[in-house]
Amino acid sequence: MPVLRTVQPTWRKRTTTAHLVLWGGWLALAALFAWCWREMTKNTIWAFVWDAPEQAADLGARMFPPRWSYMERLWWPLWDTLNIATLGTILGILIAVPIAFCAARNTTPSVYFVRPVALFVIVASRSINSLIWALLLVAIIGPGLLAGIVAIGLRSIGFVAKLLYEAIEEIDHGQVEAITATGATSAQIIDYAIVPQVLPAFFGISVFRWDINIRESTILGLVGAGGIGLQLQASLSTLAWPQVTLIFVVILATVVVSEWVSAKVRGAIT
Amino acid sequence: MQSVFETGRTWRRSPVLIKDWRWRWGIYLFSLVYLVLAISTVEVNWTRVYEGLDRGWRFLQGFLVPDFTSRWRDISTGLVESLTMTLTSTVVGVLISIPIGIGAARNLAPVPIYLACRAIVAVSRSLQEVIIAILFVAMFGFGPFAGFLTLTFATVGFISKLLAEDIEEIDEGQADAIRATGASWLQLVNYAVQPQVMPRLIGLSLYRLDINFRESAVIGIVGAGGIGATLNTAIDRYEYDSAGAILLIIIAIVMVAEYSSGFVRKWVQ
Repeated sequence: MPVLRTVQPTWRKRTTTAHLVLWGGWLALAALFAWCWREMTKNTIWAFVWDAPEQAADLGARMFPPRWSYMERLWWPLWDTLNIATLGTILGILIAVPIAFCAARNTTPSVYFVRPVALFVIVASRSINSLIWALLLVAIIGPGLLAGIVAIGLRSIGFVAKLLYEAIEEIDHGQVEAITATGATSAQIIDYAIVPQVLPAFFGISVFRWDINIRESTILGLVGAGGIGLQLQASLSTLAWPQVTLIFVVILATVVVSEWVSAKVRGAIT
Repeated sequence: MQSVFETGRTWRRSPVLIKDWRWRWGIYLFSLVYLVLAISTVEVNWTRVYEGLDRGWRFLQGFLVPDFTSRWRDISTGLVESLTMTLTSTVVGVLISIPIGIGAARNLAPVPIYLACRAIVAVSRSLQEVIIAILFVAMFGFGPFAGFLTLTFATVGFISKLLAEDIEEIDEGQADAIRATGASWLQLVNYAVQPQVMPRLIGLSLYRLDINFRESAVIGIVGAGGIGATLNTAIDRYEYDSAGAILLIIIAIVMVAEYSSGFVRKWVQ
């Protein structure tokens, strides 16, 4: 009996075409990377890059030990930083809530006119970092805490509004129908059917944003918008590296504490 | 039997979140005291704000009628720096995060490696981009190379952490099946883990690409190159129409990136 000697095709994950397309894609990415690398490093002074280890060692020697006695001059800026973050978050939330209701598909007054405007506001606020907002606001309304608060507020609008409108769109529609069936006005529908459903999400988002804002407000002073960043800027420009180290430590501690608080509160809510 | 109607009480909504009234009022009181204290310590120079309104109006005009042409050379240089920095740092960052992410996954790595990788992730995540940029600019000199290193550093923390969490959540059945064939550790990673986390890794990388572009606009302010440096100069020189143009370009690129990454993610999954 002749033995059937067909060549068994070995198992492969992809067909040949798929394989070629995949490798072509990776090759294109590699080529793009190479081009970008060349373009990016065109003006790089390599001498500065190669002596970076020495510079780092030098910097390290200058930075340690931190100047702990400087701490007494950091408490007030730290309080300012906390205020920038908290008041900025409140400002952002106040503006974000109506925008979220305008952007959610099921509560917007008009899908064709109001919703796109609300979505544009959200994207514009989200794509510009709070440091850039601060840069602008310091030029417009002058250096100080107010610029920082408004910058944090403007940046928070997009974040809070985006997450909130997604939460509004995901609500259980049955409750809305039940309230509508009682003959409620549209304001009452929002009050009794929608708000109770999104309230936990709303508080979670707010606390989360507050935590991010603490992190961001620590550096706003670099452009003159108040808080501990002002001290950082002053120490950097006088090359007082031991003070810079202390400020970094303080910022790190603040960020860790605010993250812990936010995680606790969010855990308690949901 | 007592009827409910006899009590004559009207229905009241129960509070949604904090049931205990003492806690509730305590929190209200605390918030009120804090707000009063906080607002009273915010010093605002209202005359300066009032004077600034005129400038704000000019900025708004600049935003509505942006000037792309007169500073186009500077803008395009900054933009090319930002974009190239974004791509290179994302690619290098993702390449570095893959081993670190695998090392930080409890189900693949032995304890010492796990702890070391988690430590790297924690350090990278707790420092902000701007602070790292300040240090790197001091070490490597001004320009996009420092920015590239900053963004790479930040990318490593972000991607490694999410990748590790993803690897820890894989379907263990598939890993057991591959283990049962007598596969080595590398084969296990290649055949059991990689197919399960690949779509999400691509999605995360695209998301990080988007974040890196936004961040590249910021770290320029402390000297790490990119469009942020151009924007800083434009604002310092009160050229609000050029600044408006730059901001519009940033918004447009972020929008395009967000839409296309959503599209690619849908296609990958």
